[in-house]
Amino acid sequence: MIYDFFANLFGSDVIASFISGALPVVFIALFTLFAVWLERKVSAHMQDRLGPMRVGWHGWLQTFADILKLIQKEDITASDTDKKLFNIAPVLTFMGSYAAFAAIPFSSAYVGSGIDLGILYIVAVSGLVVAGILMAGWASNNKYSLYGAVRSAAQVISYEIPTVIVILTVVVVIGSLNLTKITEFQTSRFWDWMIFGGSIAGIKKLILLPFMVIGFVILYISSLAETNRTPFDIPEAESELVGGYHTEYSGIKFTMFFLSEYANMFAVSAVASALFFGGYHSPFGYFGNLIGLSWLVPIEQFFWFTIKGAFFVFVQMWLRWTLPRLRVDQLMTLCWKYLIPIAFVNFLIVALIMVL
Amino acid sequence: MLKTEQMVLNMGPQHPSTHGVLRLELELEGEIIVNVKPHLGYLHRCFEKHCEAMTYPQIIPYVDRLDYLASMNNEMGYAIAVERLLDIKVPERVEYIRVIMAELQRIASHMVAVGTYGIDIGAFTPFLYLFRDRERILTLFEKTCGARLLYNYIWVGGLSHDLPINFVNETRDFLNDFKKTVIEVNNLLSYNKIFIERTANVGVLNVESAINYGITGPNLRASGLKWDIRRNDPYSIYDRFDFEIPVGEGLHGQVGDCWDRYYLRVQEMIQSIRIVEQALDQLPEGEITSALPKRIKPVEGQLYSRVENPKGELGYFIVSKGQLQPFRVKVRPPSFINLSVLGELCKGHLIADVIAILGSIDIVLGEVDR
Repeated sequence: MIYDFFANLFGSDVIASFISGALPVVFIALFTLFAVWLERKVSAHMQDRLGPMRVGWHGWLQTFADILKLIQKEDITASDTDKKLFNIAPVLTFMGSYAAFAAIPFSSAYVGSGIDLGILYIVAVSGLVVAGILMAGWASNNKYSLYGAVRSAAQVISYEIPTVIVILTVVVVIGSLNLTKITEFQTSRFWDWMIFGGSIAGIKKLILLPFMVIGFVILYISSLAETNRTPFDIPEAESELVGGYHTEYSGIKFTMFFLSEYANMFAVSAVASALFFGGYHSPFGYFGNLIGLSWLVPIEQFFWFTIKGAFFVFVQMWLRWTLPRLRVDQLMTLCWKYLIPIAFVNFLIVALIMVL
Repeated sequence: MLKTEQMVLNMGPQHPSTHGVLRLELELEGEIIVNVKPHLGYLHRCFEKHCEAMTYPQIIPYVDRLDYLASMNNEMGYAIAVERLLDIKVPERVEYIRVIMAELQRIASHMVAVGTYGIDIGAFTPFLYLFRDRERILTLFEKTCGARLLYNYIWVGGLSHDLPINFVNETRDFLNDFKKTVIEVNNLLSYNKIFIERTANVGVLNVESAINYGITGPNLRASGLKWDIRRNDPYSIYDRFDFEIPVGEGLHGQVGDCWDRYYLRVQEMIQSIRIVEQALDQLPEGEITSALPKRIKPVEGQLYSRVENPKGELGYFIVSKGQLQPFRVKVRPPSFINLSVLGELCKGHLIADVIAILGSIDIVLGEVDR
């Protein structure tokens, strides 16, 4: 465990806690830098363009340049805003996305906090993002921001219901809310992943398989809505609401929202991969075990975890640059009329299978 | 005391989806539109007053700036109006080149309409595919007359330049490639389930109100009326070509909804390709200017001349008092008149639909304000 390693190294629990708590921030920051560049490149190549090419090889330093620019920008606060809320909102939003990383197991050697209610904690703490967005929308004193915020609150809260039902479906099979246990249940062989019915022996696994696929599709659609990505980017629908809740933000505060969005993207992808795609597990055994270097295994696990997360983030980008945007009432229809009933029936069937 | 109030939201003049400097004053009940008031005039340039101080040929560059996405069509309409006033015929080659230019410009204009409509609905990628191909049309125009947006190419009695070398082949290549892009855009956007959900049955304009509001062009045809000036009141040489006039059929909803208006433009692009191909086949050799007096001075009189622009019926009402300058030039701008129906279409819809409806009407603010 990373925590024990630092505790031994510095001989102080405080420093060890601090360092292992700060690790996700470093990860988020680096991942955001990469994801923003990836988003630009992916969109560019899908659209017959090249994207950023000037700063570094194929523009890989472009995001650094942009962040530097954003930090230098004047931090504008309009005169009629509610100053306190206006300043707290971006921090709170980022906090929500960051706190979710505490319970996500990056590898068997590192999980910020291995609490037993891990997945429930992630769902709960993600709700903070809504509070931050509502705050931003209200404090901006701008009608577009308010519309964006209200839409976002309605959307995120609605889509948390199918998400939670699908999570329950998995939890019913595995019997634990602890993400590390959920991951360990799915071994390092890809046919033991939950999407293929989990590491259950016999015919039950085959019966579970289709319901798990349905569950995953619902979870992924809801996660798109929770991160406000196309086709559900209604809160910041550029062509309607200009910038949505972050219309009035600039400079470093805008960067916080930006960072939070990408952190959230990775968080939901990580949860999806932990629940259905074996989390940090390699699909076909570990190289470290093969050559007898057991310390290599956690590093490999981290690699696979990042790869899986990045893949789902890539799919989010792919969808974003392909699909148009739903209207706000259609979004609610999709959630309440289709996703929730299907997820619920799916949940009941899986529960039934597990009881039998 | 708790009470509910209607909220007024100003959309524009700086807004990503008002397609220019248009301001919409929305009265809202939650997200539902109670009333829409368009406020115009942010781009007013006194075009009609300027015309009274300039000679007839000098007006052409100003005409370019009306609907700046369809400058060739504007020029053609103006040139035809003045030629009718002068009662002169232009050479055959000129007529063909004008038709080729006008139809290429129609394709380019509809590309912008279709592409930006995708952006309005949230799909960014088709826009760039269309702009990639629009670039080729603009390159063709640039090779022909040196300009990419405001051409000053079609003159009274002729053209400023002849076609460049290899123009015919390059245009054919472009048209062949563009046919593929149309299929691509259809698959990506037109038949996309989400796109259909967003646009079908939204902003339905029936034929009666379309006629009462004076709607023309694709918007009128989408409502189901086969009215195209190229066919109903032929000008230039449009009677020689074989092309269809698509009308709205309500494939995914009612006739005259946003999807119909959008899809009609896609179909019109295909028809324009046919016209250009035929014109290229028949293109004759010859002069590119007709013998005109050095000073263009029509006899006293007045006339209204109209052409089919990508946005609708563009009409010029010109009054001549026998001087070098026209006494009055009045433009019938299709965008301006089409915009007038916005309020009726939007009532009872959501904010997102206002964007969809405004985009489907396809206005250009340069023409709305003049």
